[in-house]
Amino acid sequence: MLRFIFTRLSLVVPTFIGITLLAFFLVRLVPGDPIETMAGERGIDAARHAQLLTEYGLDRPLLVQYGKYIERVVQGDLGKSIVTRDSVLSEFGQLFPATIELALCAIIIALLVGLPAGIIAAVKRNSIFDHGVMGISLTGYSMPIFWWGLLLILLFSVQLGITPVSGRIAVQYFIEPVTGFLTIDSLLAGDIDAFWSALSHLVLPAIVLGTVPLAVIARMTRSAMLEVLGEDYIRTARAKGMAPIRVVALHALRNALIPVVTVIGLQVGTLFTGAILTETIFSWPGVGKWLIEAISRRDYPVLQGGTLLLGVVVMSVNLFVDLLYGLINPRIRHAK
Amino acid sequence: MSTDTLQAPAAAPSAAPPHPLREFWTYFSANRGAVAGLVVIVLVLLCALFAPWIAPHDPNLTNNAVFLKPPFWQAGGSLAYPLGTDAIGRDILSRLLYGARLSLVIGIAVVALAIVVGIVLGLIAGYFKGIADIAIMRLMDILMTMPSLLLAIVIVAILGPGLMNAMLAVAIVVLPHYVRITRAAVITEASKDYVVAAQVSGAQTIRLMFSEILPNCAAPLIVQATLGVSTAILDAAALGFLGLGAQPPTPEWGTMLADAREFVLRAWWVVTFPGLAILITVLAFNLLGDGLRDALDPKLKR
Amino acid sequence: MKTILLATLSAAALMAAQPLMAKTLVYCSEGSPENFAPSVNTTGTSFDANTQIYDTIVQFERGGTKVQPALAEKWDISPDGLTYTFHLRKGVKWHSNRTFKPTRDFNADDILFMIERQWKESHPFFKVTSSNHSYFNDMGMPKLLKSVEKVDDYTVKITLNQPEAPFLSDLAMQYASVQSKEYADAMLKAGTPEKIDQDPIGTGPFSLVQYQKDAIIRYKAHPDYWAGKAKIDDLIFAITPDASVRWAKLQKGECHVMPYPNPADLDAIKKDANVEILEQPGLNIGYLAYNTTKKPFDDVKVRRAINKAINKKAIIDAVYLSSGVAATNPIPPSMWSYNETIKDDPFDPEAAKKELAEAGYPNGLEIDLWAMPVQRPYNPNAKRIAELMQADLAKVGVKAEIKSFEWGEYRKRMQAGEHQTGMLGWTGDNGDPDNFLHTLLGCDSAKTNGSNVAKFCYQPFEELVTKAKTVTDQAERERLYRQAQVIFKEQSPWFTIAHAVQLKPIRKEVKDFKLSPFSRHVFYGVDIGK
Repeated sequence: MLRFIFTRLSLVVPTFIGITLLAFFLVRLVPGDPIETMAGERGIDAARHAQLLTEYGLDRPLLVQYGKYIERVVQGDLGKSIVTRDSVLSEFGQLFPATIELALCAIIIALLVGLPAGIIAAVKRNSIFDHGVMGISLTGYSMPIFWWGLLLILLFSVQLGITPVSGRIAVQYFIEPVTGFLTIDSLLAGDIDAFWSALSHLVLPAIVLGTVPLAVIARMTRSAMLEVLGEDYIRTARAKGMAPIRVVALHALRNALIPVVTVIGLQVGTLFTGAILTETIFSWPGVGKWLIEAISRRDYPVLQGGTLLLGVVVMSVNLFVDLLYGLINPRIRHAK
Repeated sequence: MSTDTLQAPAAAPSAAPPHPLREFWTYFSANRGAVAGLVVIVLVLLCALFAPWIAPHDPNLTNNAVFLKPPFWQAGGSLAYPLGTDAIGRDILSRLLYGARLSLVIGIAVVALAIVVGIVLGLIAGYFKGIADIAIMRLMDILMTMPSLLLAIVIVAILGPGLMNAMLAVAIVVLPHYVRITRAAVITEASKDYVVAAQVSGAQTIRLMFSEILPNCAAPLIVQATLGVSTAILDAAALGFLGLGAQPPTPEWGTMLADAREFVLRAWWVVTFPGLAILITVLAFNLLGDGLRDALDPKLKR
Repeated sequence: MKTILLATLSAAALMAAQPLMAKTLVYCSEGSPENFAPSVNTTGTSFDANTQIYDTIVQFERGGTKVQPALAEKWDISPDGLTYTFHLRKGVKWHSNRTFKPTRDFNADDILFMIERQWKESHPFFKVTSSNHSYFNDMGMPKLLKSVEKVDDYTVKITLNQPEAPFLSDLAMQYASVQSKEYADAMLKAGTPEKIDQDPIGTGPFSLVQYQKDAIIRYKAHPDYWAGKAKIDDLIFAITPDASVRWAKLQKGECHVMPYPNPADLDAIKKDANVEILEQPGLNIGYLAYNTTKKPFDDVKVRRAINKAINKKAIIDAVYLSSGVAATNPIPPSMWSYNETIKDDPFDPEAAKKELAEAGYPNGLEIDLWAMPVQRPYNPNAKRIAELMQADLAKVGVKAEIKSFEWGEYRKRMQAGEHQTGMLGWTGDNGDPDNFLHTLLGCDSAKTNGSNVAKFCYQPFEELVTKAKTVTDQAERERLYRQAQVIFKEQSPWFTIAHAVQLKPIRKEVKDFKLSPFSRHVFYGVDIGK
């Protein structure tokens, strides 16, 4: 087991270095430079331009810049945004909770709906319900979510007027950020109205972001359940006259959950991709929108730091899922 | 994969069982969803091929007299513009029909590019192992760690917005899947007797890779490719939606959506139809891919 | 699955429409400010956020370009135009926040701090947040300032190297916002000098309560504001980047004022009984510059011929919709000294063809036509305009090739004069014609690869605009500028396209909101009724 953990961990370092390389050099290939972009119509004269390049450390050879960058990254300093002059880490810290809150809610919705749907579909294989679930989930999986978001806004916010159009909470509520999750912060502040407001702002984006994971989870649960239900021990349990519900709940589900958990873990990368689109549509103040804006402004430090941080988050979750998988599934553990 | 697979290697066809293609078709046609997907794809293909003849208008022709006309069944709509017009008086149906061409081209070109590069890298990684394997697979891991859309956006920012560059970006983003699948299949196949036998008899490495191993990895790749077309269409549309894909006035569906976004409160049809077109096409490819997988995957055959 | 969703949604429904508290004004702003350091800001969005907090020595009157007293109650200008003596207002109170309570009122030290921070590289705050004090440099302050002296606590004397008529207007701009020297000293001692640009302390009508990036800026009225407490108690900027969403929120009453409406939504906005649209031509110009140092545009006949070949009205109708008016002169009609007697070149392809032949191009010619890749305040879609121009030019035998580059690169290359013709534009900074006519068309900025992208350097014009810079007599300046516009039209270094119109939908309950020609959004003096 230790060896398994060790081999998994040893892969982390080269991947991390790879991410920094990719984030740093890819970003520098983008044409244009932040100082010219910020200068607007009036422009900037060559001498001051050169002076600013020096100040931002952008005038040195790329390799030297990379070395400096890594040196500072190791010390936990991701640099300052060229546009706002605020530290990248602090901006990320302000915006990331919004993204996480959205992503968590999306996953919760996906689980609440996807798991039962998958289980029932498997138990009632080939029933109308099964076909329905499979059809709907494949549609969800095929959904262009940026369009889906617009449709939901059109229906629920504009036509029916039951959900707010954008943002995280109605402006009249003044909640001091503690965790950064407005739903939790509002409860901590004891303001139940604010909580409802935050929740109502969260519903549509979370549904949009949760659509694809929901489809994946439903399909995965169904096929994992089918496989488990066909195993000998289940048949034995059934033959022994165990109540069907108990068979499903006690034996089948536990084993079927292993691949499902893995799939959820692997959805994290997809979730961030979805978050970029969802945040754009709903004006959700998270990291996805922040990064898109950084690209158009050529804000190198933000783009590098943001990519790096997101990469680290995805990497950590994948690692965690890997380890968890190894823990609950002895076959993997002993394979190597 | 277990070693006691009953499937006969393609290199040695046996006489008794039905022809593999016929067998495939039997399994495939039993899957109604897959057939439906195939039918839709054929329809989309026909639309794309015959767009100039069936489209009622030139897709880029603007008409100052008919800004934002609703579809024909709504008050104010007319059959001259069956699905209505957009903000500068272009026929939405015609644009969708021409857009079908672009979406199919995007899907197929992206997958073709990713498959060719993916196969080469996967073969190298799986066959030679060692440093090459480690280097390639590490790189693929890193690519997969980045949120795919973000990576695609950065690549487009480097190359400049446009249809070709967007396609290239999407191809790079989906590349790791193909490399992984090829490599996994190669490793399984390479340990099998027929490859070892060929190696012993002195077959050349490259010949061996392409003539012996590759055909036997075809099934998972075909499935992945079909599903990949849908991913490619979705990703390219997302780039178009963010203004980084095909540039206006190109009638690419994602770009049309981006153009239409400002009218979302005023004219539901300019937003609804392009998205619906994307959904239907992507769904069809997914249905087809599912069907192919079931028909080709020996594990589910009984 | 449906029931879960419905339950959540109906719970949400209860909360969706709640009335806002009394005397709270919500402004749906278009983006996040860079920070709260006006001296390094470059975007209007940042200036909007800062103008509520800070005061300047002098200020523009609300809704106009006239300079009026602010932190300085009055001032004297020496007859040679070189020395400005400002008499400062007494009893001006600073805001306070959690980390800092002011012990003194505003005084001359704060003025000196504001100028020296941007001027002297040795100043401890020169590099804090950023050393890129762009507007201070762009307005030519480093060259212009000779000395800034504190005469006593409430008198400051500024000496210039040469007379500069627009100097007072320059000081009314946002970059010259006054920050507290006492606060700066305290933060420097605490080792966190950048705090003064993040948790701002100003003397303005509103103090900052909370800022969450990309979400919200909260202000409350400063009770001791020197001109009297603001009529609204709370001011909220709800950051909403999407124009259609801003409109949806305005419609629902979730905000009261919104900038930059989507032209496509204007019809619907006009129909809404709860909303009115304020309208004013902005201080801007969008133009197509001919490179007057390159063939064939060194020939004024060619420039004038091309001016007649392009259908300006079609461009306004198709691209600007109702958000632009055709431009005749290089300065907008709302600016003083605008010469309304000048006639625009008619759209006349036949005449254009003939004139081109006379200029020696009977068989037409090939040119390039640059179009910027981004939307700008004065030009909503340069590429679409370029396509329209291309079609017009083809009709007179001119084959134009459309070119574009990444935005920063684009402007740099235009300033270096690599184009034959190219689109660009300008948004006014201080409301002075000098800021257009000299900055954009003077010889200085043509030679130094500055903002004169037509590379237009024509002595009769140059003499007028440089003279107008040094004369302090307003009537004389006006005469000079009016004359300069006549020469501009004769020489035609630009095809003037349009002045973008500022459209500001506001809800009816908002009282006394005034449009700023600089597109600023000033909420002091605004009230909100039921």
